[in-house]
Amino acid sequence: MLKHVFATLISGSMVLGAAGVQAQDAITGAGATFPYPVYSQWADAYQDESGIGLNYQAIGSGGGIQQIVAKTVTFGASDAPMTKEELDKNGLMQWPMVMGGVVAAFHVEGIEGGSLNLDGPTLADIYQGKITNWDDDAIAKLNPDMDLPDTQITPVYRAEGSGTNFLFTHYLSQVSQDFADNVGEGKSVAWPAGVGAKANAGVASQIANTNGAIGYVEYAYAAQNDLSLVHLKNKADKVVAPSMDSFMAAAANADWKDAPGMYLVLTNQPGDESWPITGASFILMHKQVQDAEAAKQALKFFDWAYDNGNDMAQDLDYVPMPDNVADMVRDSWSEIKGPNGEAVWTQ
Amino acid sequence: MATTNAIPTSSLGHLSDATRRRLQRKARIDVWFERTLFAFAFAVLLLLGAIIASLMFSSWPALQRYGLDFFTENRWAANVEVFGALPAIYGTLLTSFIAIVIAVPVSFGIAIFLTEQCPGFLRQPLSTLIELLAGIPSIIYGMWGMEVLAPLLRTWFPSVFPAGTGLATAGIILAVMIIPFITAVSRDVINTVPAVMRESAYGLGCTTWEVTRQVILPSVKGGLVGGVVLGLGRALGETMAVTFVIGNNLFLDATLTGQGTSIAALIANQFSESDGTQRSALLALGLILFLITFAVLAFARYLLRNSTGRHA
Repeated sequence: MLKHVFATLISGSMVLGAAGVQAQDAITGAGATFPYPVYSQWADAYQDESGIGLNYQAIGSGGGIQQIVAKTVTFGASDAPMTKEELDKNGLMQWPMVMGGVVAAFHVEGIEGGSLNLDGPTLADIYQGKITNWDDDAIAKLNPDMDLPDTQITPVYRAEGSGTNFLFTHYLSQVSQDFADNVGEGKSVAWPAGVGAKANAGVASQIANTNGAIGYVEYAYAAQNDLSLVHLKNKADKVVAPSMDSFMAAAANADWKDAPGMYLVLTNQPGDESWPITGASFILMHKQVQDAEAAKQALKFFDWAYDNGNDMAQDLDYVPMPDNVADMVRDSWSEIKGPNGEAVWTQ
Repeated sequence: MATTNAIPTSSLGHLSDATRRRLQRKARIDVWFERTLFAFAFAVLLLLGAIIASLMFSSWPALQRYGLDFFTENRWAANVEVFGALPAIYGTLLTSFIAIVIAVPVSFGIAIFLTEQCPGFLRQPLSTLIELLAGIPSIIYGMWGMEVLAPLLRTWFPSVFPAGTGLATAGIILAVMIIPFITAVSRDVINTVPAVMRESAYGLGCTTWEVTRQVILPSVKGGLVGGVVLGLGRALGETMAVTFVIGNNLFLDATLTGQGTSIAALIANQFSESDGTQRSALLALGLILFLITFAVLAFARYLLRNSTGRHA
């Protein structure tokens, strides 16, 4: 019942909001906050070109899924992909739109910025409170040339449910069975150790204020705020620095074709250069749409973004989808059918 | 009820038509005025009932599924669908308790100073400043707590506050937030004590402490309790400031200064990304907070009735 009240309220406010700006011309979407900056940048450029605007409500991935299931928006957006079963149950399909990396930042007096190496199992132990000091043997082994201070480690995590949490815990669950069993992956988990801060900004501020802190944030945020970042050992046993190149490398090795329902989380990807915590943000749409015209407008926008949005995405420290993946996504759009049973999208 | 106010036409016979019409119009206005007042008051009750009903309705799936475990489980792990309200209930009660322990003596002290001792020229500016504290948005307190208070606590007491944040830090922030409320109410009720009572006490040779302790405080006990309850109500439900500094640890850590969470903070953090059982469980938390607040208010009413009964 409550869900209906919300849906009515939100759709009502959308109608009111859209009425001022040419109601029939705006594409409506809702969901993930992580890709919001790049979506709105794309939408601005697209509106200049086509005159069609985007009304995107960054209410969070969970909200986006609820909105698209309730059919109050043309598309939903989520940082965590939905499984094939969930998609089928709701008559939805999904595809990756843009990617980003999650990076670990630290603040330890006595360790030079950007020169700390860690691996997945060590990170998992730190976040479970099993490694509590920076001069622990496990860390020393990964940084043989470094004189590590005897400082207590304060792990900092994202307190609110978020796609960043999902990617980070998904990675730790892959590299540490212990972590998978005791904590598990998810948008919000119960962390056995550390301090929970609110949003990227809260995590960054907690790290900056605490000597001995380590935390994780989206790369876009870390890059714009000049944080000291951990280098991670990847699946190929190589230590890599977080950068646009290492995210691209992780994305290039991803096997989208064989992922049912395009369910793919890009953590712990193979490849010498691959950054281990990379993830895509997804778009969700109904396979059977009531308003074929609205669906078509939305798909036109996504098509345009795949073609023209790469530079804008990189400027904002997001990773664009490779062209071959974009083509695959375009092919999959033939599954979206209007009320008359014909495909909405034609090349 | 309202119709009794209508003026019978017969009794107005001696008046001119214009006057009669004017009076009748006034009577009609009055009837509608009273009906509107009643409607407003009733609407609030209706709204309250609707909120309780929808909270119970939407939290039922979670309460039914977890039963008593919902209150005894010591962690809230949404990803594995383990929902224990205990850490949040503990955090809510403890932070509010710490806040009250700190805020009550300070607020009463300020109120007594303002009414009994403060030089006239200082009274108004001081009162205004304290009321200003009440107007600061809670997110400002949260940011101040995170950026200033937490680092200070960590620097001063590194062994007690290793991260700066935690249940006690949240309690301190809450204390600062509720001091203006308790102070304002206490000052106003202490002001109601007739000057003649004070003067006679002083005339008998009482010291300031004795006047405060034995004349003023006993005669306004009920009002003071009311002020404390107002503050407590705010502390129990405070969300934004608490989220910033409480540490948001979803495991029960039954200490004073450990990292924890509160009901309001937990709901604020997880509601937007929740669905299904998790949403239902969060709404159940909301219901629990509602009941806690209700119980506190009822208890305060009870105290109030007892104390006014004794002193009236």
